[in-house]
Amino acid sequence: MPAVSKGDGMRGLAVFISDIRNCKSKEAEIKRINKELANIRSKFKGDKALDGYSKKKYVCKLLFIFLLGHDIDFGHMEAVNLLSSNKYTEKQIGYLFISVLVNSNSELIRLINNAIKNDLSSRNPTFMCLALHCIANVGSREMAEAFAGEIPRILVAGDTMDSVKQSAALCLLRLYKTSPDLVLMGEWTSRVVHLLNDQHMGVVTAAISLITCLSQKNPDEFKTCVSLAVSRLSRIVSSASTDLQDYTYYFVPAPWLSCKLLRLLQCYPPPEDGAVKGRLVECLETILNKAQEPPKSKKVQHSNAKNAILFEAISLIIHYDSEPNLLVRACNQLGQFLQHRETNLRYLALESMCTLASSEFSHEAVKTHIETVINALKTERDVSVRQRAADLLYAMCDRSNAKQIVAEMLSYLETADYSIREEMVLKVAILAEKYAVDYSWYVDTILNLIRIAGDYVSEEVWYRVIQIVINRDDVQGYAAKTVFEALQAPACHENMVKVGGYILGEFGNLIAGDPRSSPLVQFNLLHSKFHLCSVPTRALLLSAYIKFINLFPETKSTIQEVLRSDSQIRNSDVELQQRAVEYLKLSSIASTDVLATVLEEMPPFPERESSILAKLKKKKGPGAVSVNELEEGKREGGELNGGGERGADTSAIATSNASTPSPSADLLGLRAGPPVTAAAPSAGSLLVDVFSEAGVNDDGFLRDLEPPTESSDSLLAEGPGDSDSAPTPPPSVVSEEPAPPLPESNELLNKFVCKNNGVLFENQLLQIGIKSEYRQNLGRMYLFYGNKTSVQFVTFTTTVTCPGELQSQLNVQSKTVEPLIEGGAQVQQVINIECLSDFSDAPLLNIKFRYGGALQNLTLKLPVTINKFFQPTEMLSNDFFQRWKQLSQPQQEAQKIFKANHAMDTEVLKAKLLGMGMALLENVDPNPENFVCAGVIQTKAQQVGSLLRLEPNAQAQMYRLTVRSSKDTVSKRLCELLAEQF
Amino acid sequence: MIGGLFIYNHKGEVLISRVYRDDIGRNAVDAFRVNVIHARQQVRSPVTNIARTSFFHVKRSNIWLAAVTKQNVNAAMVFEFLYKMCDVMAAYFGKISEENIKNNFVLIYELLDEILDFGYPQNSETGALKTFITQQGIKSQHHTKEEQSQITSQVTGQIGWRREGIKYRRNELFLDVLESVNLLMSPQGQVLSAHVSGRVVMKSYLSGMPECKFGMNDKIVIDKQGKGGTTDDTGKSELGGSSGKQSIAIDDCTFHQCVRLSKFDSERSISFIPPDGEYELMRYRTTKDIILPFRVIPLVREVGRTKLEVKVVIKSNFKPSLLAQKIEVRIPTPLNTSGVQVICMKGKAKYKASENAIVWKIKRMAGMKESQISAEIELLPTNDKKKWARPPISMNFEVPFAPSGLKVRYLKVFEPKLNYSDHDVIKWVRYIGRSGIYETRC
Repeated sequence: MPAVSKGDGMRGLAVFISDIRNCKSKEAEIKRINKELANIRSKFKGDKALDGYSKKKYVCKLLFIFLLGHDIDFGHMEAVNLLSSNKYTEKQIGYLFISVLVNSNSELIRLINNAIKNDLSSRNPTFMCLALHCIANVGSREMAEAFAGEIPRILVAGDTMDSVKQSAALCLLRLYKTSPDLVLMGEWTSRVVHLLNDQHMGVVTAAISLITCLSQKNPDEFKTCVSLAVSRLSRIVSSASTDLQDYTYYFVPAPWLSCKLLRLLQCYPPPEDGAVKGRLVECLETILNKAQEPPKSKKVQHSNAKNAILFEAISLIIHYDSEPNLLVRACNQLGQFLQHRETNLRYLALESMCTLASSEFSHEAVKTHIETVINALKTERDVSVRQRAADLLYAMCDRSNAKQIVAEMLSYLETADYSIREEMVLKVAILAEKYAVDYSWYVDTILNLIRIAGDYVSEEVWYRVIQIVINRDDVQGYAAKTVFEALQAPACHENMVKVGGYILGEFGNLIAGDPRSSPLVQFNLLHSKFHLCSVPTRALLLSAYIKFINLFPETKSTIQEVLRSDSQIRNSDVELQQRAVEYLKLSSIASTDVLATVLEEMPPFPERESSILAKLKKKKGPGAVSVNELEEGKREGGELNGGGERGADTSAIATSNASTPSPSADLLGLRAGPPVTAAAPSAGSLLVDVFSEAGVNDDGFLRDLEPPTESSDSLLAEGPGDSDSAPTPPPSVVSEEPAPPLPESNELLNKFVCKNNGVLFENQLLQIGIKSEYRQNLGRMYLFYGNKTSVQFVTFTTTVTCPGELQSQLNVQSKTVEPLIEGGAQVQQVINIECLSDFSDAPLLNIKFRYGGALQNLTLKLPVTINKFFQPTEMLSNDFFQRWKQLSQPQQEAQKIFKANHAMDTEVLKAKLLGMGMALLENVDPNPENFVCAGVIQTKAQQVGSLLRLEPNAQAQMYRLTVRSSKDTVSKRLCELLAEQF
Repeated sequence: MIGGLFIYNHKGEVLISRVYRDDIGRNAVDAFRVNVIHARQQVRSPVTNIARTSFFHVKRSNIWLAAVTKQNVNAAMVFEFLYKMCDVMAAYFGKISEENIKNNFVLIYELLDEILDFGYPQNSETGALKTFITQQGIKSQHHTKEEQSQITSQVTGQIGWRREGIKYRRNELFLDVLESVNLLMSPQGQVLSAHVSGRVVMKSYLSGMPECKFGMNDKIVIDKQGKGGTTDDTGKSELGGSSGKQSIAIDDCTFHQCVRLSKFDSERSISFIPPDGEYELMRYRTTKDIILPFRVIPLVREVGRTKLEVKVVIKSNFKPSLLAQKIEVRIPTPLNTSGVQVICMKGKAKYKASENAIVWKIKRMAGMKESQISAEIELLPTNDKKKWARPPISMNFEVPFAPSGLKVRYLKVFEPKLNYSDHDVIKWVRYIGRSGIYETRC
């Protein structure tokens, strides 16, 4: 950079800035600025031409004023003039002004682009760098259009200076990030990769950022970079600390470059070439060895740089997950860090260990540190570190140490920080359930949990304990006894009362033999808590009382007395009043037989995935969308239920009561299945059903408890507000033809094969979130269009079309959306889908809107795939093979052998297969590594049974996928879809 | 009820902080600073709600006074109190400035203890306060027992604003009618809105406990007297017609606490025992039959994109014998002005770039005259498509009459105990009309 000559001091600017700083008030500042602006205007207006120096000075002042937050609407021309100056300082100020102030639709953009072009083609490296920085700083689409072709040429040209190459690489990276479609590497790919071999370390560092970004998008094209990166890494690692001169940072050779190289390698699976792999392993070993060496300097920078490389190396080792030796060494190294006095290091060590714990090779090694981690949980000062410790404990937990870990977590919970208590509670609940050998231990643990941290125990947790107690005969008596004892504490949490009420209501008879817990004692104990509880709990207790009447006829008169009292039968709360009235009548009118039938013990719940787990997942990654979803769900729920009580039990009870003259046996709104409830209007249950996905706690419970067979046919029968709008025609096309589908839309489609919710599409302007629900041959999809800008979108229209023969296979109806989306706002669109017969294409969603006058037109594929209409089918081993043989015609089978795109993690695979909609059949295939699934695709025309078999080969990182179904097109399509998933 | 009172300097540093109620925490001090004083946006409401706490503020020069409360208080009361607080401080140590506040902080805390009690405003009469809160703290110990008991009886008594036993050699009384006239006029000369807000300020130096009676040309009073005075129907209507010119309709008015409101309500007469020294007897507002002292006739012509010609004529509209003073016309210029040439017949005119306006000043101007200014404004072409909004031309002046037409008819003083009569009191009356927001669109 040329030295700033003396005349460039710009005294006027300095005086102006000091004037502004000395202003006493905002008003004084505005006055001074107005004065300066008037001065500059008169100068720019003046007839005699300004020299470069004063032009630069005034442009500088304008820039300063703009950065203070005032509007500048002139001076652009002068700034552009500065670009053509030959002086560095003038050019620099010109570029600075342009990159800060010029908006993309300015008329000046042509002039600016011209100036930039001139500078790029000049031989002067500083000018080229200035131009590149300007392009990167503006980074707009227009810039990308104008220069995306030019920059790669500069980047790989042989005669370009090193500093320019660095700038060019980073500039290209920036353009690629804003408009990936315009930056086409094509022919340059191999030469860009070879930049890794460049002499100049700065160029390599800049290039590697670019390559990492590009290779994440097109891993195949950049595959060659792996071996180059490995060799580069090994050269750095093996170099002496003095070899790299400028790039040695506190005795660590090129730490940034090493980290970036290691990160690049994490984009790829382990290299296949033995030599390369050997070299890489050697590198990683050297890095691990170096960590053991005594530090060369006491400075914190030295150890920071060294540890940065080490952690990056460890995450690479974890990513590969194939070298047991390295994994164990990494684990030991992290173990050392666990007791390091640097808090940051302890944090990082705990975090990395969490991922290590999930690897089968290092799980045992991680477990050896359990004492240290528990100690960290207890003594760590920093709450974020304690959180990590809790995470790690959760991750390292297995059957062998579950009891110890759960006990530790429970004891920690008493003193835990409020911010992490809820998560801790969930974790304890999950671990207790997952590794429970002895269910009385489980019951003890959960009751303890409620006792210690009742406020943080979410609904799911106590729902779950009730589900388990009901499903397991062996613990019912114990549970009743424990609950009874727990309730005797003078102050117990409301959640405890809920669990107690439910369990005693169901199984109170099991402990009634003991005179200390005779029926009346039980009742009095429960009723003593009654007045301290909230309305939903009281409602639950009332239900428990009526069950008592059935279990212990001797308590009938006492309970009827309670029900008859004014505080129940004339309660201002409708729900309580209704229950009191109905239960009272039921108990006095019905005969004991009827009573016994109606108030029979709850049947076991169907086994489902623990709802707590889902809740924890939600807590873990509260990404933008999931939060949105949550809110959306809540809002919808509120609207559709008429804004009334939304407790799972209350809404269901209300509907069933409304339709039946006598109260149903549907005690807590749990669908026990007696005929009375089956006749309940489908609308009520449907609402709860559809929205349960949204994560509303109460509804989630119901979903868990409800058998999946009912009311699915009415999925499309919406509330009164929706039904009349169903026949509205799809929104009509406004002006132009819908754009062709985006190139990445197929990928987007694949993303959603195994999941129903997520972000469908996102660019700078728009985010489209999706939430969908399928039942038999019907589906409903919620699209959430989020405006990410601060400007409103106008004439926002969406069209859903079924191209070609899909029209006859799929019936898609969409509701119109509001044509206006305010900045930052989100609108929702409902799409109803009916599958008429099997299909292979996906419907197209075209979105058009105007953003700042420009028409935006994009087309996506809606993620509706044939597997969405799967109905899982459970079957036994011999059933399966019998059917497998039946479908043995060659066209009924589709088979594919393909390479694994992702790590072959059993749990992940299982989750994906389940997400696809089929039932995963355990213990069917003789080889436990293999997965077999069965399901029936429900279309309106027919049902297509499908069987699937997935055989992973861990050594070769390959899969063989075989799909057999009664229809050849279905097999083929399923096979295609699934091959992309693993 | 006011929960606390804070005084900040322009940087937002707390100079005075007095908390009266427990519901106001220490963080309220910071909340106001962050959300109001350091707020990004320009427009600042005098009432701000932050986290269920209300902040009422007024700004004097660079000083912020903020009253804080968590309750639903009468906002007008709070502002009245804040203004009163400013008056009290000004009466004690002159201009309210950061330095003065820092120098007098002990005094201010003492005052705050006196005039607010558990958040309820108490006696804020400067005259009364000065008897027992003085700047010479030690001196108060020299009060005799009697003096102290006198203060107590006065402050707690019925006439808290005046102590007994005042004696002047010359009984004198000054009465100022101060009005500010507000106007918004269309370019064609149509009045869009106009009102006058006025104050009657008195300075009394009277002996003993005199009873005063103030009379003005209030329409209701005049009409009533007209009704009482004549029995003839035709005569009444004539009188009513003639008094219509002389009398004024007052829209609303407020009085100093010394005025007997019961008497005003029943007879509409203003009678009172005045405090000693200076005080504001009443405030009022009128909207009908306002005499507009000046008429502004603007003429703006855009010549092409880069030039603007402005011609403004002002006409004075009052008796030729009267002289208006401190006349200032402010003509806004567009934001892209790059040069201005001004020619004016009278006074001085100048383009003030820092305020984006041409300021034309005339020292004196008699009634029924007119004067003119013409300006040529050069503009810099910008790439901004926004059109200039043409803000209104505003004006400042001072005239020696009341634009509302208010006239003082009498001010009688009775002091039965001491032997001086109404005629012995020397009375001075003065009218000053000032411009408030006096704007003409162009």
